[in-house]
Amino acid sequence: MTRTLDIKSLRLRLPDTARPVLDGVDLHIAAGETVALVGESGSGKTLTSRTVLRLLPKGAETEGEVDVAGENVLAMTPQQLHALRTGRVAMIFQDPRAAINPLRRVGDFLTEGVRLTGTLSEQDATRRAGELLEAVGLSGAVLRHYPGQMSGGMLQRVMIAAALMGDPVLLLADEPTTALDVTSQAEVVALIGELKERFGTGLLFVTHDLGLAAAISDRVYVMYAGRIVETGPAEALFADPRHPYTRALLDASPRLIEPGRRLAAIDGQPPDLRQELTGCPFAPRCRFATGLCTTQAPQPQAAPGAPGHLAACHHSDRLAEGAADA
Amino acid sequence: MPDTVLEVTALQRTFGTVRAVDEVSFALAQGGSLGIVGESGSGKTTTARIIVGLDRPDAGKVLLHGRDRTERARGRAQRLARARQIQMVFQDPYLSLDPRTSVQAALRETLRLHFPDIDHARRIAELLDQVGLGSWAADALPRRLSGGQRQRVAIARALAVEPAVMVLDEAVAALDVSVQAQVLNLLADIREQTGIGYLFITHDLGVVRCVTDDVVVMRHGRIVESGATAEVLAAPRHPYTRLLLDSVPRPGWDPRQIAAARRAL
Repeated sequence: MTRTLDIKSLRLRLPDTARPVLDGVDLHIAAGETVALVGESGSGKTLTSRTVLRLLPKGAETEGEVDVAGENVLAMTPQQLHALRTGRVAMIFQDPRAAINPLRRVGDFLTEGVRLTGTLSEQDATRRAGELLEAVGLSGAVLRHYPGQMSGGMLQRVMIAAALMGDPVLLLADEPTTALDVTSQAEVVALIGELKERFGTGLLFVTHDLGLAAAISDRVYVMYAGRIVETGPAEALFADPRHPYTRALLDASPRLIEPGRRLAAIDGQPPDLRQELTGCPFAPRCRFATGLCTTQAPQPQAAPGAPGHLAACHHSDRLAEGAADA
Repeated sequence: MPDTVLEVTALQRTFGTVRAVDEVSFALAQGGSLGIVGESGSGKTTTARIIVGLDRPDAGKVLLHGRDRTERARGRAQRLARARQIQMVFQDPYLSLDPRTSVQAALRETLRLHFPDIDHARRIAELLDQVGLGSWAADALPRRLSGGQRQRVAIARALAVEPAVMVLDEAVAALDVSVQAQVLNLLADIREQTGIGYLFITHDLGVVRCVTDDVVVMRHGRIVESGATAEVLAAPRHPYTRLLLDSVPRPGWDPRQIAAARRAL
């Protein structure tokens, strides 16, 4: 079966940087699957999700493939790309207030895409918009509202309704709940989950929140300095991480349960883009690092007996032993 | 029982018809750490602004070491004296520093205002050291610094006047997890060394668990629950506190149930 999204060895270079911003990213999503892409600022997670719509910064050069339902986005003609962006793939951004035109009514915003492509007539578009607003828990009356009259949580629902207008096969959600309160976050996540099931779309959920990623996704990718450092089923990855960065991120998160006063902070900072990288990008901050790590970039390797759980680390097995000792 | 450094009694603040802060009272012990938790619109930030002196209450008092600081300040000396009592660190380290002012100049400006007679260069070096920044940072402009480093500068600037209380309004919310942990540890160290009191305004219960002794939960301008942080988070009494706790994502989390509970409340 064709994968909904299949990113193969994606490499992306920007002008004035010493190394690729995305460096050999492999990521795939099966039909209807929920996949989380986790990383800190500057790791390349947002850029990866934007590449799926070929929304690239000026001067970006790409290598590799980004296939949506079997077609390579990087090789599309402008017409094909237009159809992709208005139809098969939809994006939900972090800040709905920045993504929705404040001078236009919600109804205009919702129907604009399908009316421009001529997929639906104005009447049909308005009817569908009304239906979707109800599906996201808002009334059809919202069609006549202006964005300024609505709260952030409500606007994010409008964003989600808008994303579903063109019957997408893939939803890209870039930190869709970061600007929301925790209780509204739960509502929005519940909603995305319900709609995803109902409409059978795949979901790429980009977030910096490990807890959230663990809670909602089937599989997780962890990104660091433009590379996928670990991937696997959400449960395995969080219970038994095989990359020291994943482990360190988990340890650095403030938890509700353990009273441990001191957090295990990760010393140092992610590598600068002006700096060339040899070996493993995490090595300077890693307590397992050896000479090998600074000279040779680790390739993704499967955990014993778990072909879907991969980590790009020379010392995955030592990490597992260390956890057992502790 | 340690002495109380900051006490807030029956604070009220109304904007139009909205009671943003309604009968809010709590106390912060000397060298203690108190969290104020709530969602947007709960009144936590308005409360913080009143405490710092950026806003004035319609009724109620803010007492520091037993002395009221809500009356309008008389003259420059009193204004400065009040600023030395309580300092604030804001959420966004990208907005709270002047992009044209070097770290050193920002700190010197504060020191000159409050302590014109001391050796500024030595104090600046001391402050940078205290927040874990090397002397290299002294000449840096904010744009050369990462988010975590900028927040350290903001903390250094607050510490410069040796305040009794530091109000941290979502001060680590914009930082990445790995950097957030560094800053939270730093804040814990500073409290241990100096005996400063913290008021942590946050929506993040994990952070509250980590860095506060006591907590106040606010909703619609009112305090719905308060007590020792460990107890409140382990056995919440108010349904709203329970909802906040349940809303924190974790494996096996059921967002639908939370959404239903939220509507029921």
